[in-house]
Amino acid sequence: MTLLTAVNPYQGAPKGDNPYARITDNVARIAEAERPPVGWYIAFAISTSLLAMFFANIGYLVWNGIGVWGNNIPVAWAFGIVNFVFWVGIGHAGTLISAILYLLRQGWRTSINRFAEAMTIFAVMCAGVFPGIHIGRPWLPYWMLPIPNQMQMWPQFRSPLEWDIFAVGTYATVSLLFWYMGMMPDLATFRDRSRTPIRKFAYGLFAMGWRGSSRQWHRYEKAYLLLAALATPLVLSVHSVVSFDFATSQLPGWHTTIFPPYFVAGAIFGGFAMVTTLAVPSRQFFGLKRIISLDHIELMNKVILATGMMVGYAYGMEFFVAWYSGNEYEQFTFVNRAFGNYAWAYWTMIFCNVVTPQVFWMKRMRRNLWVTFAVGVLVNIGMWFERFVIIVTSLTRDFLPSSWGNFRPTIVDYMTLAGSFGLFFTLFLLFCRYLPMVAMAEVKLSLPNSHEH
Amino acid sequence: MSDSSGVSNQEPSLPSGDVPLFGVLAEYSTPQQLLAASRVVRDAGYTRWDTYTPFPVHGIDGAMGIRPTILPWIVLGAGLTGVAAGVALQWATNAFDYRWIVSGKPFWSIPANIPITFELMVLFSALTALVGMLVLNGLPHPSHPLDLKQRFLRVTDDKFFLVIQADDPSFKLEMARELLAGTSPVVVETVDEDRVTSDRLPRPLVLGLMLLVVAAAVPFGLAAKARASTSREPRFHVVPDMDFQPKMKADRANPLFDDQRATRAQVDGTVAAGELHENTAFWTGRVDGVLVTSFPEESPTSEAAVTRGRERFGVYCAPCHGLVGRGDGMVSKRAELLAEGTWTPPSDLQQDYIRTMPVGQLFETITNGVRTMPAYGPQIPAADRWNIVLYVRALQRSRATSSSDLPASQRDSLK
Repeated sequence: MTLLTAVNPYQGAPKGDNPYARITDNVARIAEAERPPVGWYIAFAISTSLLAMFFANIGYLVWNGIGVWGNNIPVAWAFGIVNFVFWVGIGHAGTLISAILYLLRQGWRTSINRFAEAMTIFAVMCAGVFPGIHIGRPWLPYWMLPIPNQMQMWPQFRSPLEWDIFAVGTYATVSLLFWYMGMMPDLATFRDRSRTPIRKFAYGLFAMGWRGSSRQWHRYEKAYLLLAALATPLVLSVHSVVSFDFATSQLPGWHTTIFPPYFVAGAIFGGFAMVTTLAVPSRQFFGLKRIISLDHIELMNKVILATGMMVGYAYGMEFFVAWYSGNEYEQFTFVNRAFGNYAWAYWTMIFCNVVTPQVFWMKRMRRNLWVTFAVGVLVNIGMWFERFVIIVTSLTRDFLPSSWGNFRPTIVDYMTLAGSFGLFFTLFLLFCRYLPMVAMAEVKLSLPNSHEH
Repeated sequence: MSDSSGVSNQEPSLPSGDVPLFGVLAEYSTPQQLLAASRVVRDAGYTRWDTYTPFPVHGIDGAMGIRPTILPWIVLGAGLTGVAAGVALQWATNAFDYRWIVSGKPFWSIPANIPITFELMVLFSALTALVGMLVLNGLPHPSHPLDLKQRFLRVTDDKFFLVIQADDPSFKLEMARELLAGTSPVVVETVDEDRVTSDRLPRPLVLGLMLLVVAAAVPFGLAAKARASTSREPRFHVVPDMDFQPKMKADRANPLFDDQRATRAQVDGTVAAGELHENTAFWTGRVDGVLVTSFPEESPTSEAAVTRGRERFGVYCAPCHGLVGRGDGMVSKRAELLAEGTWTPPSDLQQDYIRTMPVGQLFETITNGVRTMPAYGPQIPAADRWNIVLYVRALQRSRATSSSDLPASQRDSLK
């Protein structure tokens, strides 16, 4: 890192004779630098290679059929759905930070909300790929939409999988609107600072002629508040609906009423972990330490600790309910989860999600960037394993012992999972390079002297 | 569009006398100064004026006298429309046009329809919030006279501006200048109307858009043509799925053979393994074309055979012929009750002519059927058919007997 930052144009004090100008310069110089430091190119090369691998594997899957993956009866849902739920979960922190913290008037959200929202959109895009390629005949996903067709049939609206289409589709759309609308004034800033006609045209096109009129700000703020108020129940509904995919089935280990809140808590937990994982290196690399301060990192770590405890409570409560229900299949499933054929996955999950966040009880750890980054990575691993444990261990051991079987992922499974990170990081790096990474207007608003006293 | 707004950042070079005035601009360096100035301009009675800031300055609504926007009411309307659309979509598709039968549940029950109704409510409202904000704000707004002011570029960075427009009914240039000069601005300047920027869209953009529109219409045109005309060509298969399989189906033509039949007939005299059926008495009930009158060797009479025959008779025969063979089974009774006139009643097996039939004929009747009775040969194995014949004989015997047939020791118990 030190070697790369030696030539990093993003470091040093931002220019400007007042706090507003310094904020503008600090954020805008990232996109305005002649070329980014070599570290960005290295990261981009790795990401695009992974992305190419992603597309190659999807092409191979479409050409050969779903058999190139390891899932087979009894484990009909495996990496495809694990990855879907994992990415959708990550995609919850952005809108949570933007919407719920906005309604709660948490001023500190302004420094991280923009790139958390970007992360949300990219994560939802990664998530959206998986159900599409998991359906066996990926050229027919329009069957899931209520479109008049030659079969004279309509989708079955009582199915949670159909609810998923609407929930995730609405979530992706609203997140995109929210992100874009928040970015309009900052795109106008970029437009007004542009030195080339192409930049001026491109940023100007999306800024739509925003000039900061107070009469426009009035409606803008009202619209933003409305979007926040709409996105708050939406973000809670989306992962609830995703959990219905499991909870409304009759499989022991899935058929649980605790799933909706448990999934939502897990999504916020995993999403915040991804935000800190990205924020710690980004603030360093892009020179945003003044805007994303240690206090912000500490607040996010507190959220991780709190939601980690909620997730841990849900893990415990599942066992309690299995025992309390007196249902032997339920009891077997949970004992098998912890001590059976996939015990290693279960204890990986417990270690990453329940044990590691406990270090954040100590203020020194919450403010330590290395610890923050390490816990962020571990929690992401743990949250992937949580979905793996729920989906795969429940399926390997069902009611009929004669149909028990294990799941063995293929190399295509692994490469597709790794490739989805390529899609995510490629988009994220492009975002950092070309779009305002921090909501400048909102940060300026949260400065103390922006108000009348 | 927007690049036309930024063709020039220079001050217009035309003499100011030729260009009408847009208004008077004042610049401030803090939001507090702007708020104070706004109150002054508001109280002076101006209506056509605005302030421009890098972020939403809180308190400016009151300072400028901006009335609350109607946007929330529009969004409420959109939300209610979304709810109605969600309910209508699900009802029309799943409860009206194509009724899904799911585990005997009612075709229309609200709880399962709530998630999608909720999502559509949010979707409609969110789209309306953004589009409504843009429309009420008059966006997109590609070019503006203020864009020609170099200093105005900092409105999205760190400076605060107030503009009184010349089209205000009470606008007088000198009065406006004086008013603004008294509000501690950094500078007060006049702003001219934009006579520099072309309001025409760039030609390449127009051409590109037209090309796009034309290209987008092509698939629809092809679909319309396909729907309006007929074709002898097979349907175009984007993905062949399993539509084309290299195999011959039964009853299809096959040019490889002289008789053109895909299904090949067996060679004359072919006998499948174990199906020679040499003993015609057992397999057909005839020997040299004559009906047999005694049970064949393969199916000797025994108590076990009668028991088996009774069980099979109960399964296959009793529904029509009745449990004792009087032709009064449940099926027959119901058919006569319906009296539809098409029912041929099953024979009463206790009739004399059936009682005196050779067993071979009973066997043949079961095997091949008679009148409307279907052939049971394919359903019941030959040995079981013989067992049924034996049981029919037993039934007939039971209905044509007298007490003298009983042994003397049991005869007394009937009295």
